[in-house]
Amino acid sequence: MLFYLFGAVAIVASLLVIAQRNPIYSVLLLIASFGALSGLYVLLDAPFVAVIQIIVYAGAIMVLFLFVVMLLNAPHEDTEEDLETPGVERRQLAGAGVRRFGGLLAVGLIVELWWALTKNGGESGAFPAPSVASVAAIGRSLFTAYAFPFEVTSILILVAMVGAVVLARREPITRSPRRGSPGSPDVP
Amino acid sequence: MTPLLIAQIGLTLFVFVMLLNSAAIMVYVERKVAAMLQQRLGPYLVGPKGLLQPLADIIKLLFKEELRPRAADPLLFALAPIIAATAAFAAFAVVPFGAETTFFGLLDQPMRLQVADVNVAVLVIFAISSMSVYGIVLAGWSSNSKYSLLGGLRSSAQMISYELSYGLALAGVLVIANSLSLTDIVNRQSGAWLGFLPRWYVFLQPLGFLIFMTAGIAETNRAPFDFPEAEQELVAGYHTEYSSMSFSMFFLAEYINMVTVSAVATDLFLGGWHGPLLPESLGWIWFLIKVAAILFFYVWMRWTLPRYRYDQLMQFGWKVLLPIAVVNLLVTAAGVLYFGA
Repeated sequence: MLFYLFGAVAIVASLLVIAQRNPIYSVLLLIASFGALSGLYVLLDAPFVAVIQIIVYAGAIMVLFLFVVMLLNAPHEDTEEDLETPGVERRQLAGAGVRRFGGLLAVGLIVELWWALTKNGGESGAFPAPSVASVAAIGRSLFTAYAFPFEVTSILILVAMVGAVVLARREPITRSPRRGSPGSPDVP
Repeated sequence: MTPLLIAQIGLTLFVFVMLLNSAAIMVYVERKVAAMLQQRLGPYLVGPKGLLQPLADIIKLLFKEELRPRAADPLLFALAPIIAATAAFAAFAVVPFGAETTFFGLLDQPMRLQVADVNVAVLVIFAISSMSVYGIVLAGWSSNSKYSLLGGLRSSAQMISYELSYGLALAGVLVIANSLSLTDIVNRQSGAWLGFLPRWYVFLQPLGFLIFMTAGIAETNRAPFDFPEAEQELVAGYHTEYSSMSFSMFFLAEYINMVTVSAVATDLFLGGWHGPLLPESLGWIWFLIKVAAILFFYVWMRWTLPRYRYDQLMQFGWKVLLPIAVVNLLVTAAGVLYFGA
């Protein structure tokens, strides 16, 4: 019963994400979809994964999304009508490219869905229930069997962080950064 | 319906009403303590000693006109205060506030004084508090006013920055207690060392407690970290354009968040409902006393310390609080490894 409720919310919210013109609403609907997903995790006896889903995706990543959408202040996405108004040929061309790419993505998604749905059993049967229910068990397997992927992921995130810092720096990196100079990066 | 189910529903309603009441009481306490600290009288006209002042405030708020700026986004403008208030109420659901009780023999089996017993309660609180930022951010954005937007953006930056230290301070306690359930954590703090010093985690994690309280004040947007609503710079920050009930929702959310942070701090660091003299079944009295003490401290801080500058806030959060929290966690983990849990 609850499964169908959460499932319906997740699907409807996800569909509405791409049906919105206002990106802020898209972000909010995506959060609703994540919330429904975490409800599904609770039904699967994995409360830890459910809460982490909320903390990481809904609580941290989506806040940054919202932040970016607000600061870019893009109230409307270009719609079909906008693209087909006369005098915007460059946009029309871009629109055609986007449509072709979108078609490719849709075909890929359908093939993937078909593959996932017809594959009987699947990996989910391989996990014994307590290993996802208990935090201790998750921690243990994360730091023993999956230690290498875990460390590689953390290095990946570190690289991304360093990259973001380098990109966000306005002045070139010198040996002694002049403190207090106009436009110095330590002023938020 | 079994008696246990009725008791559970009753408890849920009770917690809801008490949270509403606690906000009203906090309004009164805030005014009275502010008056004490500033050598004024504070409210004294409505009711004995001004005790009915919160009621007068509520009636005043209810009868104000509900205004909405023409350029505001109508849906989100209405939704934002609801998100803020819902998140504030929801977080308290997993906070235990007393030992198991049968309500003086009314129930056949003991019941926990907690709305929902979740085995990852600490993380649930963390998750819900990270959701509460949406109420403020959306309020700031949907008002379509520059003061509101600045307030909303400040608040999201502030809450994201301090959430890290908040989480790391929690992690110290979790490592010692070896559990994510608040009930387990509280029960591990019963008894005393050397016969007189209570086994509270505040004595094992003094630094963790300080970090938790500091980050908690920042999370609830209270002075000296009340940047999202800094009056002198932003009129009223994210709720500048709100009036009447939707304004009071934000007001309510702020006070309930304070109560929740205090209750969580009590459970994590101050031994929850464990205390001398009273029997275990009346432990909730100790719980109330401890929460009240922390709340008083909150109000005391607000009227004592001036607001920081915004860059100081960020510097403090990232360059002082976060490194200390990381070192605290490392030392705690090493200690647990060396001495055993």
